[in-house]
Amino acid sequence: MAGSVRVTMTVNGAQQSAEVEPRLLLVHFLRETLGLTGTHVGCDTSNCGACTVHLNGEAIKSCTLLAAQADGAEITTIEGMGQEGALHPLQEAFWEHHGLQCGYCTPGMIMASADLLERNPKPNEEEVREALAGNLCRCTGYHNIVKAVLAASEAS
Amino acid sequence: MSATAAEPWVGKPLKRKEDPRLIMGRARYIDDINVTGQLWASFVRSPEAHARIVSIDTAEAAAQPGVHAVYVGNDLDLEAPLPMAWVPPGVEVKNPPHWALAKDEVHHVGDPVALVIGSDRYAVVDAAQLVSVEYEPLPVVVDLEKAYEGGDLVHADLGTNQCHEWSLGGGDLEAGFNAAEVVVERRIVNHRTAGAAIEPRGVLADYRAGSLTLTSSTQVPHFLRLFLALQLGISEDRVRAIAPEVGGGFGSKLQIYGEEIALAWASRKLERPVKWVESRTEGMLATHHGRDQIAYAKIGATRDGKITAYHTKILQDLGAYLMLLTPTIPSLGAFVMSGVYDIPAVQTDIVGVFTNKMPTDAIRGAGRPEATHQIEMMIDQLADELGMDRLELRRKNFMTPESFPHETALGVVYDSGDYPKALDTLLEMADLDAIKAQAPAGKLRGVGYSTYTEICGLAPSRVTGPSGFGLQTGLWESAMVRVHITGAVTVYTGTSPHGQGLETTMAQIVAQRLGVDPQNVEVIHGDTGTGPQGLGTYGSRSTAVGGESVARATAKIVEKARQIVAHQLEASPEDIELIDGKFAVKGSPDKGMTIGEISGAAYIPENLPEGMEPGLEELAFYDPENFVFPFGAHGCVVEVDPDTGNVDVIKYAAVDDCGPAINPKIIDGQVHGGIVHAIGQALFERIHYDEDGQLVTGNFADYALPSAADVPSFDLDRTETPSPVNSLGVKGIGEAGTIAASPCITNAVIDALRPLGVTFINMPLGPQRVWEAIEEAKR
Repeated sequence: MAGSVRVTMTVNGAQQSAEVEPRLLLVHFLRETLGLTGTHVGCDTSNCGACTVHLNGEAIKSCTLLAAQADGAEITTIEGMGQEGALHPLQEAFWEHHGLQCGYCTPGMIMASADLLERNPKPNEEEVREALAGNLCRCTGYHNIVKAVLAASEAS
Repeated sequence: MSATAAEPWVGKPLKRKEDPRLIMGRARYIDDINVTGQLWASFVRSPEAHARIVSIDTAEAAAQPGVHAVYVGNDLDLEAPLPMAWVPPGVEVKNPPHWALAKDEVHHVGDPVALVIGSDRYAVVDAAQLVSVEYEPLPVVVDLEKAYEGGDLVHADLGTNQCHEWSLGGGDLEAGFNAAEVVVERRIVNHRTAGAAIEPRGVLADYRAGSLTLTSSTQVPHFLRLFLALQLGISEDRVRAIAPEVGGGFGSKLQIYGEEIALAWASRKLERPVKWVESRTEGMLATHHGRDQIAYAKIGATRDGKITAYHTKILQDLGAYLMLLTPTIPSLGAFVMSGVYDIPAVQTDIVGVFTNKMPTDAIRGAGRPEATHQIEMMIDQLADELGMDRLELRRKNFMTPESFPHETALGVVYDSGDYPKALDTLLEMADLDAIKAQAPAGKLRGVGYSTYTEICGLAPSRVTGPSGFGLQTGLWESAMVRVHITGAVTVYTGTSPHGQGLETTMAQIVAQRLGVDPQNVEVIHGDTGTGPQGLGTYGSRSTAVGGESVARATAKIVEKARQIVAHQLEASPEDIELIDGKFAVKGSPDKGMTIGEISGAAYIPENLPEGMEPGLEELAFYDPENFVFPFGAHGCVVEVDPDTGNVDVIKYAAVDDCGPAINPKIIDGQVHGGIVHAIGQALFERIHYDEDGQLVTGNFADYALPSAADVPSFDLDRTETPSPVNSLGVKGIGEAGTIAASPCITNAVIDALRPLGVTFINMPLGPQRVWEAIEEAKR
């Protein structure tokens, strides 16, 4: 593949820059160039939302965006949400309420939920369900995910 | 989790031990693992459903920069075709050769024909598109009933599309139907679905210096090691299979896939690590499917509602080949074909049929959802015919609580059960009829029920093994428990959990018995290079068989601990028991020793009983005497819009009994997920091939995997009827929701539509089908 482009972006607060193939997907830039493997690829067609990250404060599906399109952006991934001993309230709530089983969709679910609570800090159940309609989970049946998001909303 | 060590850990809804790594994005799934020198693989797949391979030109692909090799089927000098594990005594099962790469003919869209290997993940996909394959199309067989009848053949050399016939019956069927005053017959379709784990499959094969390490998103690392050894002709000791963090399976990763074998072969050939991760469309095309059967069910009863006989003939769509358990699946359902009912004569006749589609195999429930769907729909249909309340009909035919262990007409012994209690508990939880009565204007509401049992905890080998049911394996499980010198504990299980929370459940089992905090019990799984052997996670077996193995290994630790304590305290081992976190003499708890103090004594063996080996580590293998039979009662209310055919589930309540709970939080989570898996099948999901055998539903949107916006929250409760089969009293729970829920939903939709004259309908109940049924009934 001919040519490369330089992309520079702020990821979880740190500036990152690399020469990449123009067609490199943002999710692969995060996972393979930067080694941030918490963001997952589930469907490569933007149905499942496992790849959800924040771009300039909004949830986007990083499997459907080129790294070059995110040039200059501020990106937050699951690794930027909380650490051991200082978890994000959504991470705490997903843990407490068993909002995950295999964990594969979880980073994307947490990022999408964070986006919801930013826009709508006190959603009702229906609003949570609608907001998460672009994030698929096969394990939990969504019951405990919804419960966790509502609990995180209550806690904040 | 600051409880004292004396606290009973079993039964507590603890937060899961596995979660910190998962919620922080620190877990390591297959696509997170890369090794130095690694190459990437891409498969070239057939766009034809059935064709002869005339030629394959790999030259252009091979000439691309960074491409190391392109292989076709005849390049792979493997020892055997892909495995199929079922040889039922006295039954001929036609098993056409199924190679990791197709050799001369392709039999379904997605059948792999070539493998491209190169240095760049994107570039190998480009190069794969340059492999030029000339196909000579052959007749395509898609429709199951037509395939059964004959005509065009999937495998011409077999001379038939019928793979095998298998029956299970008991009681006098003819007498049963003669005694019947009412007979109801229905054609029940249980359509094809996908496991649809959110994590795609992936493989990393690393062959170096005569040894193979293969990491795969699998539910069965130990089986995988065995078959890698057999397929590649490598001694088993030189093969290590690893299941890393696995992002869901639902049966779809209970398989030995051609991609696993092909990558291992290529890594050996190239002496380089090779990795492949499927795309979602590849996953929909070439990760095994489930269900896909048509049943012709016939039930007979007296006018007052006593069921006298039940017969079902099942056509199972096998797809194009037999994979690990493909033909076995409907037979698993046959063992519980009569459900929770005491029916004197029952028979199931199964015919496996080849079609030009991806093979079917185990998907969550594997045969038992289909069996339950049939009997629970037939009960409602019979009640309708008799003009009897469907719960009254159920109660009239329930096996009674006093009759357990209950031997059915099929000779299957159900371990324990209290079906009326589960149903009573359900009815106390929710007044579904009242919710039905509140239907808004212009909408129709219906109530559905499902009272179910399942057969799980797969094992017992004497029943399932070669001279019994015919699986060419044992189905025991094993565990090793190691108490370290500090008192911390490591447990090795042969099961291979991938979301079920067994690291927590098993830690609770051990913590309870050793008087330690579950936080200090690490559960290791999924690596054939560590710990004992095992058989994996599927068939709701991991607690009932794997957990019992852990309990038994722990019991051996306790036995040795008591001897050590007795020796040090100059007491008798029989008098030592666990009191407040210490192993102490009954009545004198202050003089006891913690498991850490005991292990200290075991590893610095200055004062052990005469002849005792040092160390505190035990292994247990466990093969149960019987299956376990979880059960329960589910009820729901659906709302149908008769103008659009849209169905909404507005209430779903479930009572499940899996014996005494070890972790109620985890059990509820399994039930939630299981129910939505079946709601998905009942209302939305469908793997659909068109008449040319082209897959129409190749991504999650077309497949219609349900989202949070499509389903409700659930009201759950449990009853706890211990199983006499294992010391924990536990049954399985991973598949229960999926087994129970599809007839519950379907019966509710029929209940809603009955005022419009619709008395029967088959899944999937999407708007178009429901609307058409309404229009049909108007005519």
